[in-house]
Amino acid sequence: MQSAIDNALDIQQIRRNFPILHQEINGRPLVYFDNAATTQKPQSVIDALTRYYEGYNANIHRGIHHLAEQATAAFEDSRRAVQTFLNAKHWQEIIFTYGTTDGINLVANSYGRRFLTAGDEIIISTMEHHSNIVPWQMLCEERGCVLRIIPVDENGDLILEEYEKLLSEKTKLVSVVHVSNSLGTINPVKTIIDKAHEVGAVVLIDGAQASSHIELDVQALDADFYAFSAHKLYGPTGMGVLYGKKELLDAMPPYRGGGEMIKEVTFEKTTYNDIPYKFEAGTPNIADVVAVKTALEYITDLGKETIAAHENDLLQYATAQLSELDGLRIIGQAKHKIGVISFVLEGIHHQDTGVILDQQGIAVRTGHHCTMPLMQRFGIAGTTRASFAVYNTRDEIDRLVLGLKRVHKMML
Amino acid sequence: MTINEKQDEIIEEFDLFDDQLDKTQYIIDLGKKLPPMPETQKTDENRIMGCQSKVWVDAELKDDRLYFYGDSEPTAQISKGLVGLLVRVLSGQKPEDVANADLYFIPQVGMGNLITSLRAGGLASMIERMKAFGRAYSVTENR
Ligand SMILES: Cc1ncc(COP(=O)(O)O)c(C=O)c1O
Repeated sequence: MQSAIDNALDIQQIRRNFPILHQEINGRPLVYFDNAATTQKPQSVIDALTRYYEGYNANIHRGIHHLAEQATAAFEDSRRAVQTFLNAKHWQEIIFTYGTTDGINLVANSYGRRFLTAGDEIIISTMEHHSNIVPWQMLCEERGCVLRIIPVDENGDLILEEYEKLLSEKTKLVSVVHVSNSLGTINPVKTIIDKAHEVGAVVLIDGAQASSHIELDVQALDADFYAFSAHKLYGPTGMGVLYGKKELLDAMPPYRGGGEMIKEVTFEKTTYNDIPYKFEAGTPNIADVVAVKTALEYITDLGKETIAAHENDLLQYATAQLSELDGLRIIGQAKHKIGVISFVLEGIHHQDTGVILDQQGIAVRTGHHCTMPLMQRFGIAGTTRASFAVYNTRDEIDRLVLGLKRVHKMML
Repeated sequence: MTINEKQDEIIEEFDLFDDQLDKTQYIIDLGKKLPPMPETQKTDENRIMGCQSKVWVDAELKDDRLYFYGDSEPTAQISKGLVGLLVRVLSGQKPEDVANADLYFIPQVGMGNLITSLRAGGLASMIERMKAFGRAYSVTENR
């Protein structure tokens, strides 16, 4: 198995694609284990951005000159690339956003405010990122809807029996995370979606952490909405995607007004553009949209399955190595996980762990990871989290283990 | 020793280390030496907000001098060391000297990421609180 992975992926070759990795921090080679926060960008993505600004920067859709046509074509090419990446049925189902958070807010503000009323119920889970909690709380406050929460068990899995009990004809919307950013848990979203559909609820999946690790097929999942961020899949920051089923998007009102999203404006009446444009008011983030196509190609060329196998090897190795350390407790031991490993060290504050690892050139994330209710569920203030991407190696995990031994030595 | 003499002393001590980790170790050890703060002083009022970990600072005036006490939650040893460092520089000084202190040692000792994580972790808030004590007690004196 291991050798098959090694044959399929030449990690040293891959590392050469990422210029940022080749630097020293505090005199030690950088180990970048904060990939769940954002991944690094391959040279091809950086080049795509530069090529756009150097060669064909122009505002899209309205221009008749050559550069505007070229920019528009590249922009719309990216939409088709995302459509393929998600296996969406129609290109119109792909809305460009600023990120996952923006996509969730779009659904809450447009679909939510149009179709939800007092007493309707929205189901989320204990392991949601704040960006999949707060927009629903805001909606509930405004509309008098009720938020219901799927609990999480000790391993970090959703308790599906409890989910089924929460479902009723009052349930109008279910919004859950595909993969937990704090625990790494891969949720059974297909089951979650099917159960919700049985009671007639629509389902939004927060795919921020899943998009670069898991094969996606929104039609097979039958997801109503699927949101993700480009910066977590080797793409640029400030760019994301909201997928929505065409019939839902058609029925939804726009929630931001401005240019691009209209057909005709008079002071008496404005008619809106068709999807996806009615949700893309103003000049979009053209350069980053263009470059996301290159990021998707990067992933597809390597092969998601191959990437996942490599990351899983790192996860298994890290889990085994870290479990050997005294006083280390892994938070999140679900059977199905991506390469995210969160842990607490007995008697040592996660902030101190992060500072001392950083001094050894190792970048991890510490704190609540924007999932405070989940931390409360586990009775902790935060964790130290190492999260892996395709360019990480077992050697780097050895460095982490040594780094943590040093933390121990310094503190005790 | 004046505040500046103490700062110069600390700068000299830190000069012995060229590795960040050694400097951090030194700070952690300072924290370990900091006398524990009585639980009764760990009030919300004495808590420094803006720290990822819990930190408290209190002060009392004795013979015209300001004496500081500080502590952190037990696991947050770097924060505790930093409080210890500030206590070492500012404790036993005149309130107005505390209020007007220019803490030039902090950028000079080269604590690297400690400073940034501290900024997030509220080093500035700790200093601000200690100076506020200085101002409050110098006002009382002037009356
Ligand atoms: C699970 C999950 N949801 C949502 C988000 C928010 O993504 P963004 O900040 O890119 O909008 C993140 C990012 O950390 C995440 O991990």
